[in-house]
Amino acid sequence: MSVLPLTKNGHEVMLEARGMSKRFGEHTVLRDISLSIQRSEVVCLIGPSGSGKSTLLRSLAFLEAYDDGEVFVEGELLGYDRAQGGRRVISRPARLREVRRNMGMVFQQFNLWPHMSVAENVMEALIRGRRLSRAKARKLALETLEKVGLVDKADAWPNRLSGGQQQRVAIARSLAMSPAIMLFDEPTSALDPELVGEVLQVMKHLAEEGMTMVVVTHEMGFAAQVADRVVFLDGGQIVEQGAPAKLFREPSSPRLAQFLKNYLERNSLFDDRPAANGTCL
Amino acid sequence: MATSTLWQRCLTPRAHLPKRLTWIAGIGIWLLVIVLWSLVTYGGLVRSIFLPTPTAVLSTAVRMIGDGSLWQDIWASAQVVIYGFVLSSILAIPLGILMGSFRLVQALLDPLVNFMRYLPVTAFVPLLILWIGIGIEQRVTVIFFGIFFQQLVMIADVSRGVSQDLINASYTLGAKRRDVVAHVLFPACLPGAIDMLRVTMGWAWTFVVVAELVAADSGLGYISLKAMRGFQVDVIFLSIALIGLLGLMTDQCFRFLRARITSWAL
Repeated sequence: MSVLPLTKNGHEVMLEARGMSKRFGEHTVLRDISLSIQRSEVVCLIGPSGSGKSTLLRSLAFLEAYDDGEVFVEGELLGYDRAQGGRRVISRPARLREVRRNMGMVFQQFNLWPHMSVAENVMEALIRGRRLSRAKARKLALETLEKVGLVDKADAWPNRLSGGQQQRVAIARSLAMSPAIMLFDEPTSALDPELVGEVLQVMKHLAEEGMTMVVVTHEMGFAAQVADRVVFLDGGQIVEQGAPAKLFREPSSPRLAQFLKNYLERNSLFDDRPAANGTCL
Repeated sequence: MATSTLWQRCLTPRAHLPKRLTWIAGIGIWLLVIVLWSLVTYGGLVRSIFLPTPTAVLSTAVRMIGDGSLWQDIWASAQVVIYGFVLSSILAIPLGILMGSFRLVQALLDPLVNFMRYLPVTAFVPLLILWIGIGIEQRVTVIFFGIFFQQLVMIADVSRGVSQDLINASYTLGAKRRDVVAHVLFPACLPGAIDMLRVTMGWAWTFVVVAELVAADSGLGYISLKAMRGFQVDVIFLSIALIGLLGLMTDQCFRFLRARITSWAL
């Protein structure tokens, strides 16, 4: 049951949450989240730790089952099937796979399969999921690794690579499945500072190529440069969202202003001082 | 610290030492044991019916190797260890991985396993003799009962330790549940499983002696018991030393196996 592609301002909506909530026991971690992401849009989710931004991203991939509201992936309801009488039941795994088929996800801890070489990591889903031959899968894997600059590491074990390289392999592994939407869950948070740049560079390229991306990040510089829209979460709610230039220069909520102030104080000890108006652009 | 002397490094926690020094230390401790042993025996400090001289143990080894009886006893013990250990491991590893990953399997097995694993296997020996006699089956069963439940709990922990996001990453790439179990969970458990086997192999050698002390007609534990009756301490010493050596050898095998099979793990 494919719903017509939803449109908004003439753009195709790729991913949409409507009034979504998520509870862990008594504790509400996401409250009435509505968010729609259009084709080729890059959206960065920012917020203090515990604000629910990672939970939101994981709910958008149904790695966490949201409780109320709905999530649509290219117009299809994610995670639930409508049963008779208006009730809904959690989708069967096959249905979930189908709705998620155009979605790729990159995690904080890379999560490469340790017992497979770099190339095999990229080939595995192509062979088992897409039913490609080994030769075709290998060819595609090498092409994708080329994109992230790691074709020379194709036959290395993941554990022999640096964190930045592993994360680029993880991105290649998702990309090889030619997703329409990529979700990134703090992709650089587990990296040594000097390795962050190489991963962000790959992501920036992806954004330039028109990939639809949702990125949970602490890298405000990346958000400022690459995002079309920045969404600020606090206490499980979307507090404020907008273009990064606007949001970072003139935060309208005191909570975001405080969050940005804290960030700048942490990150501009030396010559990299913020401009007088308090922006980090 | 670059100019620290060797002696200073010996006194620094976790400081690395030259490989040669660690070898010398390892061999040195054995030399010390043998020297002390020689002193008390050749020096006549302990009577030879309680503590044999090194030469007595060696000549007994030569004699028993010569008449072939030693090989038979070594093989008798090794056979029991191998049967019991392999049987237990091939059941415990898959079941343990499922136990650590599927709540239902855990709920089913936890109460039973945690009851069983606190029972000393020696308590079962009389029952096992009654049920299955004193043949090799009985000794194999003792080893099985001795290590199976421990293995199960250890491997379940290994499987619980596999990161949820490793599994999630597989799902987001379109993996089916059975693929996740067979191609993600099982391989991810492999290094931990081999470590677990290495530890429990040592226990298997312990239990084989227990089983042979009670009821057997061959094996290293059996010749020890027989030797005790005849005051042949040299034979007892020999069999203890052999068990230690066999343990050391199997341990090295597992190290080798771990390095070969899971070279991808750090």
